[in-house]
Amino acid sequence: MTASTVEAARAVAEPAHYWTRQRKIGVGLSAVGLLAAVLFGALASARTAEFTLAETISGSAVGINGRVGAIVFGVIAALAGAAMLVAARRWFNWLLGLGIVATLVSFLCWQLSQAPENLNTIPLGSVARSSVTLALPLVLGALAGVLCERSAVINVAIEGQFLMGAFAAAMFATLAGSVWIGILAAGVGGLIIGLLLAVLAIRFLVDQVVLGVVLNVFALGLTGFLYEQLMAKDQTRFNQPTFVPEWDIPGLSKIPLLGPALFKGNIFLYGAIVLVILIHVGLFYTRWGLRTRAVGEHPAAADTLGVKVLALRYRNVLIGGIVAGFGGAYFTLLSTTNFNKNMTSGLGFVALAALIFGRWSPIGSMLAALFFGFCSALAVSLGSINSPIPSAFLNMLPYIATIIAVAGLVGRVRAPAADGTPYIKG
Amino acid sequence: MANDDISLTVEPGEIHALLGENGAGKSTLMNVLYGLLQPDEGEILVDDKPVRIRGPRDAIAAGIGMVHQHFMLVPVFTVAENVMLGAEQTTGGPVGFLDRRRARKLVREVSDRYRLAVDPDRTVEDLPVGVQQRVEIVKALTRDVDLLILDEPTAVLTPQETADLLEIMRTLKAAGKSIVFITHKLKEVQAIADRITVIRRGRTVGTAAPDTSEEELASLMVGRSVLLRVEKGAAEAGAPVLEVAGLAVNDDRGHRAVDGVDLTVHAGEVLGIAGVQGNGQTELIEAIMGLRPVVAGSTTLEGRPTLGLSTRDILRAGVGYVPEDRSVDGLVKDFTVAENLVLDIYNTEPFGTRWVIRPDAIAESARARVEQFDVRTDASGQAAVGTLSGGNQQKVIVAREFSRPLKLFIASQPTRGVDVGSIEFIHRQIVHERTEGTAVLLVSSELDEVLALADRIAVMYRGRVIAVVSPDTPREEIGLLMAGVTTEAAGTAKDGQSDD
Amino acid sequence: MTEQTTATAEDLAAAGADQLPPPKTFAGRYLRNLWTANTFTVTVLAVLLALVIGGILIAISDENVRATTSYFFSRPGDFFSLSWDKVSDAYAQLFKGSIVDPTAVQAAANGTGKWERVFFPISETLTYAAPLALTGLAFALAFRGGLFNIGVQGQAIMGAVGAALAGFLLPLPVGIHLVVALIVGAAFGGAWGFVPGILKARTGAHEVITTIMLNYVALFFLGWLIVQKGVQDPERSDAISKPVDDSAQLTHLLGFVGPSLRVNLGIVVAILVVAAVAWLLRRSTFGFELRAVGLNPEASRTAGIGVGSTYALVMTVAGALAGLGGATIVMGTAVSLTGAVIGSVGFDGLLVGLLGRAKPWGVFFAALLFGALQAGGNRMQSFSGISLELVGVIQALIVIFVAAPALVKTVFRLKPAKVSGLGTGMSKGW
Repeated sequence: MTASTVEAARAVAEPAHYWTRQRKIGVGLSAVGLLAAVLFGALASARTAEFTLAETISGSAVGINGRVGAIVFGVIAALAGAAMLVAARRWFNWLLGLGIVATLVSFLCWQLSQAPENLNTIPLGSVARSSVTLALPLVLGALAGVLCERSAVINVAIEGQFLMGAFAAAMFATLAGSVWIGILAAGVGGLIIGLLLAVLAIRFLVDQVVLGVVLNVFALGLTGFLYEQLMAKDQTRFNQPTFVPEWDIPGLSKIPLLGPALFKGNIFLYGAIVLVILIHVGLFYTRWGLRTRAVGEHPAAADTLGVKVLALRYRNVLIGGIVAGFGGAYFTLLSTTNFNKNMTSGLGFVALAALIFGRWSPIGSMLAALFFGFCSALAVSLGSINSPIPSAFLNMLPYIATIIAVAGLVGRVRAPAADGTPYIKG
Repeated sequence: MANDDISLTVEPGEIHALLGENGAGKSTLMNVLYGLLQPDEGEILVDDKPVRIRGPRDAIAAGIGMVHQHFMLVPVFTVAENVMLGAEQTTGGPVGFLDRRRARKLVREVSDRYRLAVDPDRTVEDLPVGVQQRVEIVKALTRDVDLLILDEPTAVLTPQETADLLEIMRTLKAAGKSIVFITHKLKEVQAIADRITVIRRGRTVGTAAPDTSEEELASLMVGRSVLLRVEKGAAEAGAPVLEVAGLAVNDDRGHRAVDGVDLTVHAGEVLGIAGVQGNGQTELIEAIMGLRPVVAGSTTLEGRPTLGLSTRDILRAGVGYVPEDRSVDGLVKDFTVAENLVLDIYNTEPFGTRWVIRPDAIAESARARVEQFDVRTDASGQAAVGTLSGGNQQKVIVAREFSRPLKLFIASQPTRGVDVGSIEFIHRQIVHERTEGTAVLLVSSELDEVLALADRIAVMYRGRVIAVVSPDTPREEIGLLMAGVTTEAAGTAKDGQSDD
Repeated sequence: MTEQTTATAEDLAAAGADQLPPPKTFAGRYLRNLWTANTFTVTVLAVLLALVIGGILIAISDENVRATTSYFFSRPGDFFSLSWDKVSDAYAQLFKGSIVDPTAVQAAANGTGKWERVFFPISETLTYAAPLALTGLAFALAFRGGLFNIGVQGQAIMGAVGAALAGFLLPLPVGIHLVVALIVGAAFGGAWGFVPGILKARTGAHEVITTIMLNYVALFFLGWLIVQKGVQDPERSDAISKPVDDSAQLTHLLGFVGPSLRVNLGIVVAILVVAAVAWLLRRSTFGFELRAVGLNPEASRTAGIGVGSTYALVMTVAGALAGLGGATIVMGTAVSLTGAVIGSVGFDGLLVGLLGRAKPWGVFFAALLFGALQAGGNRMQSFSGISLELVGVIQALIVIFVAAPALVKTVFRLKPAKVSGLGTGMSKGW
């Protein structure tokens, strides 16, 4: 009797589908590029479209005939798409990036060539800066989400934490006459919602999505009520904080494009950068992070090794609340200097989308947030050059981008395995 | 009450088997020892000193380690990360930076010392079950335990892997560790145990020496002799009903799970699929049922191709299906028994039409089925199915699938977690359906069940059917096949199959 | 096996029953039952708790009450009496504004006042309740199908848009016009619900994210639409559309008593739709599929139910219900589209759906309660100077307590009993 072990090689080869994901996307990109070349080329005028790396539209700029630019960059995008049909897989991301950027430039050539005289310049430095600025609350909100969801508590209440943070920051910064007190209070404001979320989800096992949604309504009502009862009656006493100071980093802030975006910042910008690094290092290189991820993936395994599952969840949800509350202060101490009812306008949910889009990682979330920030910044810029596209549709851009991002990516991302499930011993 | 006045003493350097049927209370007892459950009364003594074990941390401190039946491993972590979790090697003081190098070194050391062959850098979810189990053992050993509890460790292993595990247990014993070995498999107990404690319905019913006969142990364990054989006549195989050719299917993560399977099931026969769980059986059945996309190959039902048909079309073509995971795929737990009994036919006469359902007709039919299939619930069938016992839930599924005329009946692990009485009942129903001329495809990881019911046995290993043998084949040979070891004899049987 | 079943039954009995012997009298049993954590008791206590917390907020946000805290330890009586005055006055106004004002009844009875004043609070409550019942159903129906429809607001906006466009653009005869406008409203809402439904079915995109984003898209669309030529009211410079034709306005039911009684056919539509949804859930194959998929999509798929198509259909129907809600507002009370035409009726619908435990008639009664809070809140705002936002806080608190029956049980030390929970487990991760 001769014995042999069956070897592991595959008996049936994967049928070679010609239409891989890369090729499908390539065809799509080519179509978009050609459409851009034809449509934007036809709509554009022959006037010059100018691009400058500076923050203002005065000064030197690179110009191109609008119609020529629209057509040329549309064709470049189409070629990038076509290249995807033949290129190796490692080129995919580069080609996709090139295609998207070229399409965008083609679009801008059209828009700028139609802009009024003296407004046909797009200050890329300013776009970069406002992209980063607009992304800040999203980064902080998404980080709060990372902290909660990595330990398996779904946080849909980021919006509510923003509102509480924004309200507390405005009120206490005004009362104390100090933005720093305001920022501390914002942390406490977010913490309150975090505490409710933690206790009700972990101790009382309330469904976490339901809970998050209801906590948002609660925060909306509470801040609205206090606004009407206190702030609306005496704005100067309760609702007149100042801006947080701007801290330039000497030298670095002079770098074109990146300088104004990254080194002419404030507490929120530097805070967000520090937090992204801290949480990234914390999650993947420390004992706390290892335990947090274990609790998010397989709490029973962590429990059998003596990790205190519930205590860790409480702690992380509370820290998350503070981070989101800090993000909320952005709305009243940086983007404006007063609190208004429902002023966060759903950005807490965009932060949640950034978290998912960023695959539950701090760095991924930050990049996703920057993408949404860029969409918003673009909408603002186009508004300022009197774009023929109605501003309402430009304002829809970040929201529609979110839908496309989430719909296109889900299935390829994996949430922490225990996300949303309460842990009950035994 | 799962445990009632149980006493157990384990000596140093001893392998102590804890023998009992499913649900006898073995795992409960061990969870108490490990601090996952608290006892209502009684005490635990370690080295003759009473200890209080409030949680796993106390258990580990007292020198008790445990390998759970369902592994307590974080799938996305590496081996080293899993081992260090809870007792991390760190630097940087209170910040606690992970010292992965030290953790890796520790895993290698322990792995080498006890010959466990575990690579610290592999991600756990990519490892075979046998290796994952060894990771669990490493985890316990790095915590310097003196007593290791192994909860049903062989349930998921091939016979070869089981032999390896027994060898490891001997090594551990030689190193002075005590082992509590929980199982319901008599042969393994006889092979390795120094002492045997049998428990039944939460009570100790006796201790035995390892040379006690199998029959004696079995009757101690279940309280009466078990008849696993089902009375059945010879198969009268008719025309082919289900034909599967060159089927290839991927699992959820895109890895190839079924890799070129050919199978034929004839009318009036039971084709049993034997194999250790996770060798592609689940994906094979899901592909046949239209629940999982097929990469290559074909399936036909009475000559009609079924690829591309919806699950509903396949069910309505005369296929009955008992899914592997009853509570996830089989039943809507908050639905009543009556609603679950029509889950697949609610919109056909007489239960409903295209647009409306008829609750009266559904309830009436439920009363009849509950009686016919001996489902223990209130007679009206209006209780939520989730309130029934496991065996009765399974009977509801079987009743539902047998309530329409079938050409093919597919049952995946039909008696998993089901009490002995229900097992017998379900087995009789399956044999009855076969005798009526239905083709039956049975998947079970319990070799005994396959041997008892099947007329032909296909053995699956790593996504392939490596042999089709007769149920008279010796157990050992089938066991080798399940481990992927083909022999000439098996090869011949496979050739025989191609005559079909 | 027999032993096993009996043991389970005993365990259940031991867990469910009280250890004490049952009281002998009927009244005793009644009181015992009242103090167990059944659905009704939990709901009532949740409302009570929410009102108490609301009262605390009223007290601490009042200037005069706050002033007494500075000398609280020397004269605590001031603090409590002033707080009590403030809170009791506010809640009295809440009651008078939503149910009945006794002085108005007295006046009408002895001929010094109009009956209109007597019916006004109820009329207002029902007016607010009608769209809330519809948006509540839009949430509840999706919830029963295992979907978390936060897009009710956007769907209701689109419904209002559709109904308004049909209401002033289509020249149709009386009667038909009304029906057509309602249908167009439902169709617009349904289309807005279909998008996240089909995205969920096809790509698995989580509906929580997509529906929220669509809310904002709908809001911007509305803002753009109402300033377009042909839509904007030509006699106005601000952002407001033309009014809906008379033939497409919902008839005021109590118009004959007085012109201020706004309650209209909307409430009739709401009741009919609640009954229809109740029937749909219980008796239709779609309802069966919806419930099965909501409770266990895997088992439904295994039993041959098309889970994806069910999701798409559920969201479409839910969107249509929300659209009807928006339509009844623009056809009943608002008449013209503005940026805030539907207020927050969509978001409130989520709370109504949750409070009604996602059951059609439960949703209806929850809508009545919320409608009453809204109507009473208006009076409370104008008579006691308490911001209407407080109503939002109270509503959210009620739902938090209802969603956490364990919390209410702990606070009031209720005896255990079965609480009807929220059916589907939503949080299955992303």
